[in-house]
Amino acid sequence: MTDATAPEAPLLRIDTLTKTFGGFVALDNINVEIRKGERFGLIGPNGSGKTTLVNCISGALRPNRGAVLFAGEDITPLPPNLRSHRGIARSFQIPRPFRSMTVLENLMVALDFAAHGHLFETEQHRREAAMVILNRIGLAAKAFTPTTTLTQVELRKMELARAMATGPKLLISDEAMAGLSASEVDEVLDLLMSLCGEDIAIIMIEHIMQAVMRFSERVMCLDAGKIIAIGAPAEVMANPRVQEAYLGT
Amino acid sequence: MRRGSIAFWFGAVVFLAVALALTQTLQNEYPFFAGYVILQFIVLSVAWTILGGYAGYVNFGTNAFFGVGVYTAVLLVQVFQAPLVVQILTAAAVGSLLGLGVGLLTLRMRGIFFSIATIALAIIIETSITNWRFVGGAAGIQLQRPPVTAPFDSYVKLLFFVQAVLVVIAVAVTRFIQNSRIGRGLQALRDDELAAECMGVPTLRLKLLACVISGALISAGGAPAAMYLQYANPDTAFDLNYSISVLAMSLIGGTAHWIGPVLGAILLGTTQQFLQVTISSEVNVLVLGIMLVVFVIAAPRGIIGLVARVAGKGGRA
Repeated sequence: MTDATAPEAPLLRIDTLTKTFGGFVALDNINVEIRKGERFGLIGPNGSGKTTLVNCISGALRPNRGAVLFAGEDITPLPPNLRSHRGIARSFQIPRPFRSMTVLENLMVALDFAAHGHLFETEQHRREAAMVILNRIGLAAKAFTPTTTLTQVELRKMELARAMATGPKLLISDEAMAGLSASEVDEVLDLLMSLCGEDIAIIMIEHIMQAVMRFSERVMCLDAGKIIAIGAPAEVMANPRVQEAYLGT
Repeated sequence: MRRGSIAFWFGAVVFLAVALALTQTLQNEYPFFAGYVILQFIVLSVAWTILGGYAGYVNFGTNAFFGVGVYTAVLLVQVFQAPLVVQILTAAAVGSLLGLGVGLLTLRMRGIFFSIATIALAIIIETSITNWRFVGGAAGIQLQRPPVTAPFDSYVKLLFFVQAVLVVIAVAVTRFIQNSRIGRGLQALRDDELAAECMGVPTLRLKLLACVISGALISAGGAPAAMYLQYANPDTAFDLNYSISVLAMSLIGGTAHWIGPVLGAILLGTTQQFLQVTISSEVNVLVLGIMLVVFVIAAPRGIIGLVARVAGKGGRA
């Protein structure tokens, strides 16, 4: 709505998506389009369906109705690994590292099985690619540390690094900044911004409002599985329904 | 890696050469009779580790795969006196099909539920065999060994060498999986299946592959048992002790590296053989249980975990 320029084919299109758990409607008829390289903020109170939407996009959940289109193709029936190959990556709200591995090995999993694997034919190439990503995110010093000894903050960074290692076109960051200090938030924001500069679209789910406001070109607010506002960050924040959803009546 | 491969294959050749030399020099049959069982357990434990260790799906149905191997051999002998090689290859094929079936279970079941399902599978197959008269039914069936061939002077020695070859095959396959991307994918899905899937790991395909390979190797390892015992009945072919022993051997050895189940099988297998002769076969199970408890408490990552801890760093391939 805020973008005057009509985008070409959107990168991601969510079409009349509905997801229910028993009688509970977690997502109710969601329609939204995200274009290449867009910085998209997703907000909403707890339980409003943000993570369910992420799960439907990444393939962890199948919607009851509607479709997810990626780069013009219907990917609704695809399992998560094929979606990952097409370019959808995510971090998890609660970090899910491969616990028996080091940080570097965690990234190696993504690189070993990535669709762009042919670019890194040898183990050595993949190792170097992983180190480049770790350098970028500031975890290079921890490359050979077992993930079990990482702090929460480091785990969140590793989640992002691992998602980046899949070579995504769309990266979904599910509360990657929870628990980070102000300077660390800035650090991660800068990183995500630079990714968008490389034409990677990013959906950022976040409770830190300053971060969302600074980062996003558009913000969408969910409440009880419905879109209650979408548009420029300032507009959405000023929306009385958004304020009501967040602050209660 | 390259250098490691040379060392590995050199070791394999030496192992087979020693096994062959022993069959040519030792007159007494007993060492081969006992050694066969230990080699057999190495095959079973290493094969079990692909699914139970690397992928983290604890298969309690080792006896199902073993029994299927035995009865595939029995059936082939009954139908057309098939030679041993054909028995083993066919058993591997049937075992891989059974593995595929078990693999499909992993679609819906994980953890303890998967393990219980594999026990159920073993019981179903055993019951079917028990009611199949052509292969002997509940009473079992006597088998006639064919005359022994060329360099060997007794069939037990031949079987010993055949099982040694199977050990090399099983270890080579398992080692390949461990060192390839498949190994890392299995490790990832064991740690966190959803995260692995979202990182692009084709978890279902890898699980099916692990089940098929593990199943084929276990059934192949079981096939010669028909000729070894010259007798097969459902009770012994589908003995739950196979599952328990193999589980104990793998866990006691450690499942992070293929050498773990090899060490575990040698350690426990030798102990079992020794106890069987000196005390009784019933004590076996008791000792197995005690060792398992001790290891679970003292060295949860098995012998290789213990060694790695002493050496002060993680084990490498």
